[in-house]
Amino acid sequence: MDIIISGLLLGGTYALMAMGLNLQYGVARIMNLANGEMLVLGGLAAFWLFTVADLSPITTAVIVAPLAFGGNWLAYRYLLLPLVRRAKSQGQLEVDSILATFGMSFALVGIMVSIHGEYFTYSFLAEPFSILGSTVAQNRLVAFLVAVGIGAGLYYWLNHTYAGTAVRAVSVSTEAAGLVGINVDKISALAFAVGGAVTAVGGTLISTFITLDASIGVIFTMKALIIIIMGGVGDIRGAIIAALILGLVETAVATIVDPGLTLVAAYVIFLAVLLFRPQGLFGRRV
Amino acid sequence: MKPTELRNLAIGAVLTVVAIAFPWIADGYWLSIATTAMMYIALSTSWALFSGPTHLIALSTGAFFGVGGYLVGTGMSDYDQTFWTMAIMAPVVAAFLALLIGLVTLRLSGVYFVIFTLGLAEMIRNLVSWVQNNFLGSRGLYVLTDFTEEHIYWMLLAVAVVVFLVGWWINRSRLGFALRILGNDEEVARHVGINTAWSKVVLFVTTGFFAALVGAIVAPRYSYIEPNVVFSPELSFMVVIMALLGGVHRLWGPLVGVVPFTLVWEAITISFPSSTTLLLGLTFLLIVYFIPNGLVGLVETIMRRVRK
Repeated sequence: MDIIISGLLLGGTYALMAMGLNLQYGVARIMNLANGEMLVLGGLAAFWLFTVADLSPITTAVIVAPLAFGGNWLAYRYLLLPLVRRAKSQGQLEVDSILATFGMSFALVGIMVSIHGEYFTYSFLAEPFSILGSTVAQNRLVAFLVAVGIGAGLYYWLNHTYAGTAVRAVSVSTEAAGLVGINVDKISALAFAVGGAVTAVGGTLISTFITLDASIGVIFTMKALIIIIMGGVGDIRGAIIAALILGLVETAVATIVDPGLTLVAAYVIFLAVLLFRPQGLFGRRV
Repeated sequence: MKPTELRNLAIGAVLTVVAIAFPWIADGYWLSIATTAMMYIALSTSWALFSGPTHLIALSTGAFFGVGGYLVGTGMSDYDQTFWTMAIMAPVVAAFLALLIGLVTLRLSGVYFVIFTLGLAEMIRNLVSWVQNNFLGSRGLYVLTDFTEEHIYWMLLAVAVVVFLVGWWINRSRLGFALRILGNDEEVARHVGINTAWSKVVLFVTTGFFAALVGAIVAPRYSYIEPNVVFSPELSFMVVIMALLGGVHRLWGPLVGVVPFTLVWEAITISFPSSTTLLLGLTFLLIVYFIPNGLVGLVETIMRRVRK
């Protein structure tokens, strides 16, 4: 029972970062391998503001969101859009964007190491809390609730607003979206920026109960990618369920076998998905 | 054989002779740099054999390199095997592993493959550490041989020469022809009856084999092996960046990238030891935006303009 509760809570926060990357890959078609660093950056902001200004991570999340939105918008507009325009094919774009975002991810790690080279440890709402007969730390619950709130907001935005509809249209087909008068470049930049902001906020929340450090981002990138592939590219529902599954399995493996094997567990899931459902849980074969 | 091919072979032979003679003219410091460079030449060239024609960024070099080094370590310390037995076994094991990974991921879209290889070294490292801590007792592995730096250098040189010969042979073979079509358009390749998945798997296995062989040969350099040391994800990135810097569309492209990069990187790690990660990132960006076809591609473009 303990495993199920904390697994679901962890999965909720994973869902947030996976949704961020999903928007970036599904809509803007950029396989952003610096996504994990964006998450760690959110965590670093929470740690720094908490220790320097005694600010609660929830407040930090509100500050981080617009900053990450702006930063990611600029990154897309000035670093990635030239690659999109230069690419002759989807394959070429994929290679270029993978290499460019690797560069960004290393650059960000380098900058963060120079800001704070050690673990980001701080204690926020670490008191125990009882839920359905099992005890969890309050910070996990708070992080989960905020993640659910943001997820719901994102879902509403995508399905019930004009901009959200345009975003979904671009994710289906860039050409067709362009033909019906959608400014594809602008919508892609928007989706990329929203994705980055969501990921950074996810990082702020995760840092309340997982100790991050400057170079841990790549692990989170891996997990987000595994979740997206498990859930199906561009599918928000799939991503949420996949994130919950990953959270559950990781918690189970960490509690029953060994905490050092969580990445191995993630890989086993990844392999199983590739072997049995390469199109994702809800995806259709194309 | 065409005259240009004969000329290239002659140039290759001369370079090899010069490389063989290098340890007699260099002191210890330069020999150690040359050994590192030779390691990267073998790794980057074999990496480009796969990633050049397929356009797939394989980040598994560190994983296979680690498998090679670790098997040599564990075989020599725990099972009393000789270095040579393990150096033959390690690449075979790695090739088998590459076959499994290739069969699962390369049948599907390329992104799966890139993602899978991204964390592979880290994953294997976790698994190996866990097995070592829980079942074998936690201790490091000693690789004690009487090899000197020269011996390691010459062995790496031999591997590099073999990689070049294999690459040259692939280019002339049916497989090489198939790969050129595959690299231009996978759809077309499939329609003219090329087994695209199988061609990719074969090349990936070759890459894995050589990476593990290099890892096994370099193991005596460390003398003390720990999973955290040999399974280094950074190595994968270094190999990628050097190959891209040189250019992957020519067999000798990575060689052009490795030599200057190793020298510059040596200077950087001495002068700015704390900002290597940042500089590595900036180098990546520089290459992607300004020299997308590598130094070789850059020179070729300039030559074409001059001729006009």
